[in-house]
Amino acid sequence: MTDAMTEPGPILALDNVSKVFHRAGSTVHAARAVSFALHPGRTLALVGESGSGKTTAARLIMREYRPDQGRLLFRGEPIEGSAVRDMRAYRSAVQMVFQDPFSSLNPVHTIRYHLERPMRLHQPSLKGRARDAAIAEVLSRVKLDPALILPKYPHELSGGQRQRISIARALAVNPEVIIADEPTSMLDVSVRLGILNLLNDMKRELKLAVLYITHDIATARYVAEDIMVMYAGQIVEWGETESVLGNPQHPYTRLLLSAVPDPDRRFGDTRFSDELDRIDLIRRQSALEQAEVREVGPRHFIRPMPA
Amino acid sequence: MSAPVLSIRNLTIDYVGATSDFHAVKNVSFDIGRGEFFGLAGESGCGKSTIAFAISRLHRPPALIRSGSQILLDGRDVLTLDDAALKQLRWREVAMVFQSAMNSLNPVLSIERQFYDVLKTHTGMSRVAARARAAELLKLVDIPADRLSAYPHQLSGGMRQRVVIAICLALNPKLLIMDEPTTALDVVVQREILERIHKLRQELGFSVLFITHDLALMVQVSDRIGIMLEGELVEVNDAQAIYRTPQHDYTRKLWASIPRLTGARIAEATP
Ligand SMILES: Nc1ncnc2c1ncn2[C@@H]1O[C@H](COP(=O)(O)OP(=O)(O)OP(=O)(O)O)[C@@H](O)[C@H]1O
Ligand SMILES: Nc1ncnc2c1ncn2[C@@H]1O[C@H](COP(=O)(O)OP(=O)(O)OP(=O)(O)O)[C@@H](O)[C@H]1O
Ligand SMILES: [Mg+2]
Ligand SMILES: [Mg+2]
Repeated sequence: MTDAMTEPGPILALDNVSKVFHRAGSTVHAARAVSFALHPGRTLALVGESGSGKTTAARLIMREYRPDQGRLLFRGEPIEGSAVRDMRAYRSAVQMVFQDPFSSLNPVHTIRYHLERPMRLHQPSLKGRARDAAIAEVLSRVKLDPALILPKYPHELSGGQRQRISIARALAVNPEVIIADEPTSMLDVSVRLGILNLLNDMKRELKLAVLYITHDIATARYVAEDIMVMYAGQIVEWGETESVLGNPQHPYTRLLLSAVPDPDRRFGDTRFSDELDRIDLIRRQSALEQAEVREVGPRHFIRPMPA
Repeated sequence: MSAPVLSIRNLTIDYVGATSDFHAVKNVSFDIGRGEFFGLAGESGCGKSTIAFAISRLHRPPALIRSGSQILLDGRDVLTLDDAALKQLRWREVAMVFQSAMNSLNPVLSIERQFYDVLKTHTGMSRVAARARAAELLKLVDIPADRLSAYPHQLSGGMRQRVVIAICLALNPKLLIMDEPTTALDVVVQREILERIHKLRQELGFSVLFITHDLALMVQVSDRIGIMLEGELVEVNDAQAIYRTPQHDYTRKLWASIPRLTGARIAEATP
C-alpha cells in the first residue's frame, strides 16, 4: 500500500499470514493469506463483519497466536526465530489498546501503578523524578491532570477517562506501533470523538503507526488514511480510505456501507440497496478463497468476489 | 389509540449511599404503545439502564425506587408484584437483552443447554422440542443450527450477542428491552438483527424499548425517541422530529459529535 519512493518503509508487516482454528467438525479460517503493512505516522483501519478475523489479526501481531503460515516482519526482518533482545524490543515497540476500558485495568491498583509498571518493565533506566516526569508527560498527552488522576482507582474514573488511561499506558513505553481494537465502541459519542482526536494527534506528533480495528466505518474515515475490509479471514478490498469508501468495488464493502446507520433512511418503509437484498449470496461468495487480486484504482485493490 | 403496553409515571430512582444519595432517574414519565418501537438515548450514566432494570424489576440495592413512581405493564404496576407474579413477568412479559449480554452466557454450558434451561423452566418443554425451537430461534439471528453444540468461547462476540437475543425471543414476550444490544456487532449484523426485530414486532405485535447512544441508528429504527440527560427525560418526540427538528440543545449537541460517512467528517455544529 505504499509508494516506496516517497514514504518511509513499513515498521510492521504481515506477509501472507494464515491462521486456522479447528472446532468439533469444522474449520474456521480466521486469517487467510493476510498481508498488510503499518507505516509511521499513518493509520490503517481494519473493518469487517463480526467474526471475520479482526481481533485474530491483532492477536497475531501481539504474538498471542502464532501464524500457521506466513510471516510477521518487524522493520523488514522476520520476527520468528529472532533473538530474545529483538523480541523484547518488539514487545515494547508494539502496544495494544483494548476495547473494554472496564476490564483492561486492574481494580485493585491505582492509576499510578498502571503507568509505572510498564515503564519499569520497558524502561528500567528511568527512575524517580525522571519517571514521574515521564508519567506526567503521557498523562498530559491524553489530557488528564496527573495530580488528580494518579491516586485514583479505575472505578473512580469514567469510561472515557479509563480509555485515556489505557492509551497513556500504551504510550508509557514509547511505542512505535499502536494496535487499537475497537477502542471507542464502549464509549459515548461525545467522548468517542475525544479519543479519536487523541489517536490522530498521537499519530501526527509521535509518528506512530496505528492499526485501528472497528466496525464503525464513519470513525475509520475520521482517523485512517488507509482502510481494509475483511470478510471470513480474507481482506477483500483495500486502499486509501477516501477511494475505498467513495468508490467501493467489492460487493461486501458495498453491503457494509449500505448498512451503516443513516438517519435519512428509515427501516421498513424503503428498500435499501441491492446489496442488502443479496446478503446471503454476498456472504456465501465472499467467503470463498480468492487468490486473484485486481487493481481497481490508484492504490485501490480488491479480491473479486467469485461469480 | 389503544392503551399503552408500558406506562411509566413519575419514576424516580436513587442510588442510596452512606453519606448522600445519587439521583439517577428524576421524575421520568413516558408511554410505549402496543407494537411500538421506542428508543431511549443519552450519554453514559444518564440513567437508561437504571430504568431498564427497574421495568424488569431487576434493580438491586443500593438502587431505590422512590414512592410515587409507577411502572404499569398492561395496566398492572410491576412495582407491586410479589415473587410469584414476578416470575411470570420475566421472559414471558418482559425480556431483556443486557448491555454486556455477550458475556452473560454461562461459559460451561453449550448453547443448546442454555436455550433448554429457559424453555424448560418456563414452559416445561422437552429436550427434543427445545432443540427444535432453539434451532428456529437461532435462525432468526442468522446462526446455523449446527452451532447449538458450541460453547460461548467458541463464538465471536457478535455471535454470542445474537444468541442472547434469540433466547430472549424464546417465550414471545410483550415487551422486549434491548440495552445496547448491538454495540459489539458490525453494522451488517446489527442491521439484520434490527430489521428482523423491526419485522418480528410487526408480525408478533410485541413492543420494544431500545436503548443506545447511536442516534442515527435509533432514528432509523424507532417510532418515537426519548432523550435523557443526567436522569431527566429532556425531549420525547417522533423519531423524525428528533432528527430534523431537535428542540433541546443537548439533542443538537449529540448530533454534532457524530462522525459522518459522507460529506464533512463531522456534522457542522448547529448554530
Ligand atoms: N481461540 C479460538 N479458538 C477457536 N476459534 C476461534 C478462536 N479465536 C477466534 N476464533 C474464531 O475465529 C473467527 C474470527 O474471530 P475474531 O475474534 O478474530 O473475529 P472479529 O472479527 O474480531 O469479530 P468481532 O467483531 O465479533 O470482535 C471467529 O469465527 C471465531 O469464532
Ligand atoms: N450500584 C450503583 N451505585 C451507585 N451509583 C450507581 C450504581 N449503578 C449506577 N449508578 C449511577 O447511576 C447513574 C445511571 O447509571 P446507568 O447505568 O443507568 O446509566 P446508563 O445511562 O445506562 O449509562 P451507559 O450508557 O454507560 O450504560 C450513573 O451515574 C451511575 O454511576
Ligand atoms: Mg474482535
Ligand atoms: Mg447502560
